[in-house]
Amino acid sequence: MTEFFQHLVNGVSVGTIYALIALGYTMVYGVLKLINFAHGDVYMVGAFSGYYLGTVGGGGQPSFIRAAYITLGAMIVCGLLGYVIERFAYRPLRDQARLTSLITAIGVSFLLEYGFQLTPWFREPVPFPPGPSPRFFPTLLDFGPAPSLEFLGVTVPKIDALGLVLALALMLLLQHIVYRTRFGTAMRAVSFDPQVAGLMGIPVNRIISMTFVLGSALAAAAGIINASSRPKIEPLFGLMSGLKAFVAAVLGGIGNVPGAMAGGLLLGVTEEYVAGYTSSSYRDAIAFAVLILVLLLRPEGLFGRATVEKV
Amino acid sequence: MSDAGPILEVKDLRVHYGAIEALRGISLEVSDGQVVALIGANGAGKTTTLRAVSRMLRPSGGQVRFRGEDVTRLPSHAVVARGMAHAPEGRGIFLNLSVRENLDLGAYLRRDRAGIASDVERAYTLFPILAERRAQVAGTLSGGEQQMLAVARAMMSRPKLMLLDEPSLGLAPQVVERIFGVLREVNASGVALLLVEQNAHKALQLAHRAYVLETGTVVMQGTGRELLASPEVRKAYLGE
Repeated sequence: MTEFFQHLVNGVSVGTIYALIALGYTMVYGVLKLINFAHGDVYMVGAFSGYYLGTVGGGGQPSFIRAAYITLGAMIVCGLLGYVIERFAYRPLRDQARLTSLITAIGVSFLLEYGFQLTPWFREPVPFPPGPSPRFFPTLLDFGPAPSLEFLGVTVPKIDALGLVLALALMLLLQHIVYRTRFGTAMRAVSFDPQVAGLMGIPVNRIISMTFVLGSALAAAAGIINASSRPKIEPLFGLMSGLKAFVAAVLGGIGNVPGAMAGGLLLGVTEEYVAGYTSSSYRDAIAFAVLILVLLLRPEGLFGRATVEKV
Repeated sequence: MSDAGPILEVKDLRVHYGAIEALRGISLEVSDGQVVALIGANGAGKTTTLRAVSRMLRPSGGQVRFRGEDVTRLPSHAVVARGMAHAPEGRGIFLNLSVRENLDLGAYLRRDRAGIASDVERAYTLFPILAERRAQVAGTLSGGEQQMLAVARAMMSRPKLMLLDEPSLGLAPQVVERIFGVLREVNASGVALLLVEQNAHKALQLAHRAYVLETGTVVMQGTGRELLASPEVRKAYLGE
């Protein structure tokens, strides 16, 4: 029974990471009907932004203020990155066939993955690009001699618990933004019909930009939360998480914000149980088995509404 | 003719869909406070004209002046910001949003909360069914209710000019009466209307001026009464 709960906790912890990334996929899909395959790499850049912010100037002692500064800093960096990607890679192709944008997204993804593996252009104050060898994310918080919580035999590192709380808070905040604010209503209007949204006086391009900024900032937060607990980072580590988060978004119903959250959690927990009770070599296969099952049995996702593709 | 100046001037407007020329140089005018109707067969270019005026699509030539300003190259949200509202073909309701959210989006550019709230109340008074359904997702409304919502939403920006695309299409006669009644009231309050209607009889009765479109050009124009009396119009569009 203890094992069951331990897996649950681990699964939820990984699941919130998937959920945060999946939100970016689903929101961008909502407004542009584009699968932004570069999104997993924005998550990677988020972790590296935190790494750089944490190591510049010798680092400093772990503290809440430093953790907050690094998290917010990475979110801002990635927000800008998301803005730039949309503005210069996707917007010029907006009127072209959708496949063009999709291929461009894969191109942006490669650009980030392989750009970050180049030999550094400069070494001071920090080597950038980081190059292909893994780096270790700085410790953001020092919990002293008792870094883990324990109850009923289940062990939860405090950093994971904190990450979980932060992830849930961000999801609640996003839920509020999407369903309770003027911007969120505009975003949902653009996702339903951008032309008519323009007729309401909604600046459609600005809403699309903001959607990328928001989604990318969430990916950065996910990058920081993940790297605080699993500190080894390298330029390709966004690939698998990105693909799994994409599966989570499809599982929840692509374009559906609560669906992405539920899909991420469900995928994280499923993965953990299957890996825990059979063999961890199945871990990565689970996500894609789930994708195949969803596409076969319920292509609109758990929370999506079936739509007929107009020809 | 009305003595008020034109609120909308369209000169030699051209639109291409690929190689097809949908508008071949349309010119028309709406005077302040007037109702102008566009009538014509399917495919004559009525909807395209409205879409080009509100910049839902990009004209390939010609000019649109709204309240004295050239708006031909502005994005549609900027045209709307200058006092135009467009209830598009097919109603353009956000079916994923609630009735209230649809109305609020009509007032997206306004910041006066009190004014917006009182306009929402006015919309509920004009169309009581919308008040009953205010929290419902608009996708659950009937066609007539969606059309009422489209008209009510267009009023929410307090426009100077409303473009209406087939507000009576597919609706029961009582609903049509209700909507035309409201349009008459809206016009009486000083809002100019540019109306596309397949119900030519109703449109011409309401209109101060009307234009007859055929294959992307204006083939006839006059006051509503003149066109109602014209033998060609009676034969081609009034089914007589």
